[in-house]
Amino acid sequence: MKTLGYASIRLIKTPKIGRLRYPSWVAALLGAVLGSLLLPAIADAQELSLADIEKAVDTVWVVAAGALVFLMHLGFTILEAGFTRMKNAANICAKNMMNMAVGLIAYWAVGFPFMFGDGNTFLGYSGWFLSVNDTGAAGSFSSLDWAGLDMSAKWFFQVVFASTAATIVSGAMAERTKFLGYIFYVVALTAFIYPVVGHWVWGGGWLGDIEFMDFAGSTVVHTVGGVAAFVGAAVVGPRIGKYTNGRLNVLPGHSMTLAIAGVLVLWFGWFGFNAGSTMKAAGVDFAAIILTTNLAAAAGVMGALVLSWIIERKPDVGMLGNGALAGLVAITAGCAFVDSWAALVIGVIAGVIVVLSVLAVDRLRVDDPVGAVSVHAVCGIWGTLAVGLFATPAQTAEFGRAGLFYGGGFTQLGVQALGSVSTVAWVALTCVMVFYSIKWTLGLRVSRRDEIDGLDISEHGMWGYPESVAGSTYATSPANGGSGSS
Amino acid sequence: MKKVEAVIRHEMLDSVRDALDKAGFHGLTISEVRGAGTQRGYTERYRGAKATIVFRPKIKLEVVVADENVDQVISMICDNATTGEVGDGKIFVVPVEDAVRIRTRQTGVDAL
Repeated sequence: MKTLGYASIRLIKTPKIGRLRYPSWVAALLGAVLGSLLLPAIADAQELSLADIEKAVDTVWVVAAGALVFLMHLGFTILEAGFTRMKNAANICAKNMMNMAVGLIAYWAVGFPFMFGDGNTFLGYSGWFLSVNDTGAAGSFSSLDWAGLDMSAKWFFQVVFASTAATIVSGAMAERTKFLGYIFYVVALTAFIYPVVGHWVWGGGWLGDIEFMDFAGSTVVHTVGGVAAFVGAAVVGPRIGKYTNGRLNVLPGHSMTLAIAGVLVLWFGWFGFNAGSTMKAAGVDFAAIILTTNLAAAAGVMGALVLSWIIERKPDVGMLGNGALAGLVAITAGCAFVDSWAALVIGVIAGVIVVLSVLAVDRLRVDDPVGAVSVHAVCGIWGTLAVGLFATPAQTAEFGRAGLFYGGGFTQLGVQALGSVSTVAWVALTCVMVFYSIKWTLGLRVSRRDEIDGLDISEHGMWGYPESVAGSTYATSPANGGSGSS
Repeated sequence: MKKVEAVIRHEMLDSVRDALDKAGFHGLTISEVRGAGTQRGYTERYRGAKATIVFRPKIKLEVVVADENVDQVISMICDNATTGEVGDGKIFVVPVEDAVRIRTRQTGVDAL
């Protein structure tokens, strides 16, 4: 109270702000407004309970972690742009903006209720169009009651996950997919396909009931995104010139610098993705999750390094990046359930798997320019199964059973496998329907001419790199009287 | 000796090169060029302002051959660089006085 009094007096005594002299009533009003803002805070400060402080600390961490996950969208954007050709860079940027903008609104409106709303074991259905003024909102999401945060914080942390699942696909379908068709896919995934799997595992659904363990989303986020990427890339078909006369051609990306910078931003964002999934900070060792996350990522790089060096006789820089992401995706399910040594093993195996998988997907004639299918679907499944192998009894006491290597038998491994299989089946089925519906109505693929010109110019009428692609060929059109561009 | 200069579409380069290579014409020079022909420029918008792209990017392919091979090379390029749409490009044939292979100092057709 003393502070407040002092502030008000100073304001009233010095109404001269800059060169303008304000009437004293303005100062008084200002003081009153400030006072009314400060008063409750100060009054509360004297009565803050330990629970209030705990909630504040939890909220700070979860919101910061959510912001880190948001930053992963920067990582995805530049990684995808780097791994593809210059003439499609602006289109990649536009698609990643859509993931965030469209995904965010769709998830807010219906995705979040489908995922965490109270409902049956397959689907939630309450809490539509979350409102911060709706005091009943908290009651609609009993599956999130275990986290002692405000609903707004819980929603924020979940919505960035939903957009992450969606954005995985844009890389796999890059350089040939129609922009409008892509937007409709984002709506379908974030509003329904992803939330259904999320409900099964995290929203009080049947997979959670049988103690399927996926801490931060190897299955819920990455297998969903990866399988959608595979279906999307297969339905839209390979890029022109990728497979000609039985040959596998290389269509190199335009910037390894951007691609690896993207990998490192993603790695950074993963600290929020995994360690933030505690949904609290007080009383949990969330930094231990960062330890396993880092070890798996590093091991993933090493696995990919060794194998690509053997197979390709050179350490492939792009594969190193895929190896890091493979390790990160694989540890996402088990980051809170496994010991450090197991994180290393999970990561190194993921790094090996991703190299083999990239080669295998290419052999299937499914054109995935960034390796999204291998990184997210294949390593997501591996990471999910790895929980059934490496989960320690101590860390899984309140979640499920110990893994095979800790004497838990095959039960948990079987549950993990069931979770992966049903997720793959659900996403494959729904995505086949979504992508074919788009293909037969709006069209999923641009024309041959547009693809050759590049989606930057054909879809958006501009280039990501005007001077590199078009040179100094910009000229003011005589048709618009020389006033067009400047 | 003649130099055959063909201005073609980017995406047709692979098939043209494959055809020439199979027929024994291995020595080619290509460059990224920009030009305007019957295929006029196109208008685009950049953050709300109109801009016209007059010169479109093309590939210029140069191959020097003996006089008796000129017709064969021209027909191979035409066969493999055609889409049937405006903008497939043009071929120019230019006389060449001499050629020298720097390593061996062979001259004329032997140097090709």
